[in-house]
Amino acid sequence: MTILLFLIPVTLCMGIVALTAFFWSMKSGQYEDLSGDAERILFEEDFPLQKTSRRNLKDDSKETFK
Amino acid sequence: MATAKTHTLPMPNHGIKTGNDQVTDIGLKIRQPNEPTLQTMHSPLDRAQARATVKSKPDGQGVCILSVPDIRCGSCVAAVERALNSHAGVLSARVNLTRKQATVVLETPDTDTTAIIETLAGLGYNANHVDILETDDEKTDLIGRYLLRAIAVAGFGAANIMLLSVAVWSGAEGQTRETFHFISALIAIPVVSYAGQPFFKSAASVLEKGRTNMDVPISLGVIFALLLSVFEAFQGGEHVFFDAAVTLLLFLLAGRYLDHLMRQRARSAVSSLARLSPRGAMVRQEDGTISYQELKNIPSGSIILIAPGEPVPVDAQIFKGETDLDRSLVTGEAMPVAAGRGDTLESGTLNLTGFIEAKSLRSADDSFLAQIMRMQTDAEAGRGKYVRIADRAARLYAPVVHVLALATFIGWLLYTGGDWQRAAFISISVLIITCPCALGLAVPVAHVVAAGRLMRMGILMKDGSALERLAEIDTAVFDKTGTITTGTPVVENLPDDKVLCSGAKTLAIHSRHPAARAIAKRISENPVEAKDVNEIPGFGVEASIAGKHARLGRKDWISEMAHVPDDAQSPVFAFENSEAVSFDLSETLRSGAHDAIKDLKASGINVALLSGDTEQRVSHIATLLGIENTRHGETPGGKVDWLNAMQRAGRKALMVGDGLNDTAALSAAHVSMAPATASDAGRMAADFVFLRSNLKAVSATWRIARDTARIVYQNFGLAIAYNCIAIPFAVAGWVTPLIAALAMSASSILVIGNALRLNRTKLHNAEHVPHLSEERFAA
Repeated sequence: MTILLFLIPVTLCMGIVALTAFFWSMKSGQYEDLSGDAERILFEEDFPLQKTSRRNLKDDSKETFK
Repeated sequence: MATAKTHTLPMPNHGIKTGNDQVTDIGLKIRQPNEPTLQTMHSPLDRAQARATVKSKPDGQGVCILSVPDIRCGSCVAAVERALNSHAGVLSARVNLTRKQATVVLETPDTDTTAIIETLAGLGYNANHVDILETDDEKTDLIGRYLLRAIAVAGFGAANIMLLSVAVWSGAEGQTRETFHFISALIAIPVVSYAGQPFFKSAASVLEKGRTNMDVPISLGVIFALLLSVFEAFQGGEHVFFDAAVTLLLFLLAGRYLDHLMRQRARSAVSSLARLSPRGAMVRQEDGTISYQELKNIPSGSIILIAPGEPVPVDAQIFKGETDLDRSLVTGEAMPVAAGRGDTLESGTLNLTGFIEAKSLRSADDSFLAQIMRMQTDAEAGRGKYVRIADRAARLYAPVVHVLALATFIGWLLYTGGDWQRAAFISISVLIITCPCALGLAVPVAHVVAAGRLMRMGILMKDGSALERLAEIDTAVFDKTGTITTGTPVVENLPDDKVLCSGAKTLAIHSRHPAARAIAKRISENPVEAKDVNEIPGFGVEASIAGKHARLGRKDWISEMAHVPDDAQSPVFAFENSEAVSFDLSETLRSGAHDAIKDLKASGINVALLSGDTEQRVSHIATLLGIENTRHGETPGGKVDWLNAMQRAGRKALMVGDGLNDTAALSAAHVSMAPATASDAGRMAADFVFLRSNLKAVSATWRIARDTARIVYQNFGLAIAYNCIAIPFAVAGWVTPLIAALAMSASSILVIGNALRLNRTKLHNAEHVPHLSEERFAA
């Protein structure tokens, strides 16, 4: 049962991390306009991907075209 | 739409017309006094008022908020943002779809925002300035945020404690159990002291006044559960109720948050309807210059300039100029009245046709508008006595439960011969099991479901208690102008002569007078060219058409130059020295007026008509609709007195009205409704606002209120039945934490499930309100 001494703090920490994340998202105004942000993605201008290093480009193309 | 070419997706046109009657997405018709051509003209007053709503930021930029009610979907957002961002003087703009508002950052606080509004109007989006100061509270919505945080904390606590409790229930013993109890206590104490505050505060505040409400038994139950459990945990006892205390808070907070969300949404929808009421006026200074002054800085005796289309800001007396006044919102008179030098104007009156200069009679604090507001506050005080159904239930429930717990304690103390720990444990378990979780949810859940249904029908409910009050009514009182009628006259007959028709239209399009607008709207012939157009306020319009002098307006004015039949009614049109034709005007009934009144009468509700208009017009409408009980020529105070007399006679009245003169009556009545076209003050005073023009909303809302009341009573029945079963077990001392958790969750779910039935009932009512159900599917 000594494992509990380790597991219970882990559970609580995970819970507290989630709670903090929620508080942060609320404070940064992410719940101000739920319907607007959901639809905004469909109508916002597309920006072409910036050319970064060669390696990144390769990874990207692999993921998108496979 | 102009923006369609800028992106490939088709622009949605949500039935937006750029004509006079803008139809918004919720089917609401906004009464607009201006012609489309006149609408885009902004007077110096408009500019000055727009400037006053722009707030300057510390870095020298300006911020303003525009309310754009026509925004409906993502592509509207994109179109509006694109238009705003490419507009000169705009640094950035962001649209909030939920609130239907655009926040615009301007280069300087002096950037002209009326140009921005014109641009949006060109795209078919009507925009209004929002006073940032006014909506600051709403924007941040501190209570809502606090409740959401409390829910998150309670959720965190409930999940973790339940995890440990399940381990205990499934057989953890000895030191493991003690450790688990101890950890649960460490979580539960901070969680309860944070998330329980809304209940504790409310309970403390009513107890101070010597009353009780639902939060008293809730707070006592939670606090005792916590104290007992902490005590047991340190004693190494078998049973703790941490999970019950925290889950209870979670459920109740969820109910409270839903309730808050519903009210908040309705409130922001109502405030977005508010047009900018006059906050200032153009004042002529002693040295002859004209400048914009805020309302509170206008002393009595100053000279104010009022252009056509502007509302009168303070009570004033005309000393220069003549005009027609629309007093429909102030007195309930349907037809405009002519006014000239020496006539007094009430604040809130709309100036229709002429430029006038007037001397203010009173400061803004004493104006007619302010008097109405005071009358309304007085009337509201009477309504404060209404006790909500849940609190009425709590008044019976709380003492019974608390006496029962005390009796249990004494009983067990005697039975066990002084084992106070055992007795306390059992009596507290009675408090926990009777903690009114289901009772606390019974009302808000049903109201939230009903509010959702109403909102889909275009009806906004501001407060849950309004639904309770509406279910109790036995009388429905309607205002006439603007409520039963649309407030705009229509032409009943047209002359056969096409030349006369097109001549009349030619003159009619040059006036803002409602009669002229009705004529212009009704005649389909095209107008012809006219020279020397001249509008004489109070009389009519004259011009020369194809070389002939023509006049449209008051009968006696026309008879100076043409032959007018004796039986003709104003307005009359004639060419010089020829036969005149008259246009008979009548008020139009709101659609659904017949059905709504028939429906209410069939359900045994008395219907009355209460109007400030003349006897002739009131009785005409009353006979049309079959209303026997009518009052005419009522002043605002008279309306309140009449409603108060009715209240004293034990009758409960619904007041439906729109004008400033109805505002106090709306607050005095047991419950009230206003159309979206109502005056700002009227909309604020009413409990319900219906956005679609159809008057059937009144009877439909009443039906939903009655259904909701039935569901609420059923929920109370369920909660009481649950208590009747659970209390004997608790008193007998058989309740373990596991049973408490199961019983409370089960009763809460039952109550919520029953409330959700409101969403899918009423197929059998379809034949009564077929029109509304159609609208619901279309929405």
